[in-house]
Amino acid sequence: MLKIQSISKHFGGVKALNELDLEVEEGEIYGVIGPNGSGKSTLVNVICGIFLPTEGDVIFEGQILSENPTHQRLKKGIARTFQNIRLFPNLTVWQNLWVARNSVEDIKTESSFYRWFGKSSIVKKEIEKMLEFSNLGNRADELASSLAFGEQRRLELARALATKPRLLLLDEPAAGMNKDEIRDLDGRIRSMQLQGITIILIEHVMELVMGVTDRIAVLNFGSKIAEGNPQEIQNNDAVQEAYLGYSEDD
Amino acid sequence: MDFYLNLINTIGIHTMLGLSAYLLLQTGQLSLAQAGFFAVGSYTAAILTVIFQWNIIPSVLVAMLVSGFLAFLVGFPALRVKGLMLVVATIAFSEFVRMFFYNLKWRVTRNGEEIGPDGTMGFAEIRYFSDNGWSNFEVTLFLWSFVILIMGVIWWSDQSRTGAVLRAVGEDELAASSVGINLTVVKVSAMTAGGFIAGISGGLYAHQVTSLDHHSFTVLLGTFAIAYPILGGLSNVFGTLVAVIFIQGLLVEGLRFLGDWRMILFGLLIVLAMNFKPLGLFDKQTMDLIKKAIRV
Repeated sequence: MLKIQSISKHFGGVKALNELDLEVEEGEIYGVIGPNGSGKSTLVNVICGIFLPTEGDVIFEGQILSENPTHQRLKKGIARTFQNIRLFPNLTVWQNLWVARNSVEDIKTESSFYRWFGKSSIVKKEIEKMLEFSNLGNRADELASSLAFGEQRRLELARALATKPRLLLLDEPAAGMNKDEIRDLDGRIRSMQLQGITIILIEHVMELVMGVTDRIAVLNFGSKIAEGNPQEIQNNDAVQEAYLGYSEDD
Repeated sequence: MDFYLNLINTIGIHTMLGLSAYLLLQTGQLSLAQAGFFAVGSYTAAILTVIFQWNIIPSVLVAMLVSGFLAFLVGFPALRVKGLMLVVATIAFSEFVRMFFYNLKWRVTRNGEEIGPDGTMGFAEIRYFSDNGWSNFEVTLFLWSFVILIMGVIWWSDQSRTGAVLRAVGEDELAASSVGINLTVVKVSAMTAGGFIAGISGGLYAHQVTSLDHHSFTVLLGTFAIAYPILGGLSNVFGTLVAVIFIQGLLVEGLRFLGDWRMILFGLLIVLAMNFKPLGLFDKQTMDLIKKAIRV
């Protein structure tokens, strides 16, 4: 579904990504881990079109996405969440979802005037479903900035879902969460997979990554040093060396 | 009576000027170019009624289109700069426009009288209303019908998804583009709409004051244009109207006995508002209070 073809991204002399190759299959949960500064967030930004790669191509469903800006990639089905939550703080919870829902394809069965004012029953129903998914049903009219941290994370996830993505990039969604919240997030990620959404999970919290992903790629200094299922990654020498500075065999 | 009608006219024109910056501020663009678009609107409409002897309605509409088109052109380079740099760039534009009219000489002779813009001397023969026998009251009515129309359109935009999208861009551009909003389209449209509105208000202003002088279109006017919506808040159009009434009615006219000292109050007011009501006098909190008061 998504193919990263020898992507390099340089910031001046810093090689954030160095001839990276990845391939994500449709319907899987693909984990990306690596030490700080290994290029994980740069990878998300390159896939979303916030950065253009220095070299290489991002190929999504057979199409090369070199020149497409972020909003066009969203319409092709690539959505994301941010490492440091980025909501629209002075819009209400409902408006946050409404803006996201409305920027994708239109529903032709109802009059556009109706939809323009958010009165469309189809859109309303969809947004209510999103509110339910994120457990924010009774807070629809509150400003996003008045939500607690965990609720903001859930709203951001719901906002990404409201754009009806086929590929969802989660950039450290568990950062700052406690164990209960991580378990809750684990369930949400699995339920999104069941809805047919392919997920790329970038995460430091190993408990989450090892439990939920089908395959994992490990980055270090912008290159892939290992790939495989969680079991294989846990026993991989190169990975242990990257994280701990030595491998157990030394 | 004429004093009050003139004050009401001034309030109407400044409300439109403030609303021309309102949409832009919603998208997070701080533009001081509104004085420039306003000047273009005034001179365009005045040249059409005076030199070409057009009716006032098509003149104002053409003024609107010219200012809007100019704003559209300014919108593209403005995409590349943000914050203070956008302020500097738009000040430069507005001074460029002012200097253009400072140098514009286009005198024609009609019935033995020379008329038209006269460079540094200004443009003094804009007598459409008196030539056509409009009473002061009719002028006020005419002018306010535009104010109400514009307020209505923006009120509608605020309730619709247009308003939500404009605000989303103003809140966080990266997040907005990540949920599929085309930043270029939104920002340039807001700039163009602002140009349309400033053009209308300029065109009406020229005929209300009957003479134009480049001194009226300085950065101070551009500052007023953004001060109204900032003070009034960006949650609805009435905030801007109340801010204009407050500043033009109370500060500028009501406190005239203080002379130029009253401008200090203007500065003080902005500082106080930024500290106590950073989202404007009519933010969500105030609106909730008003709604409650109405229901009780």
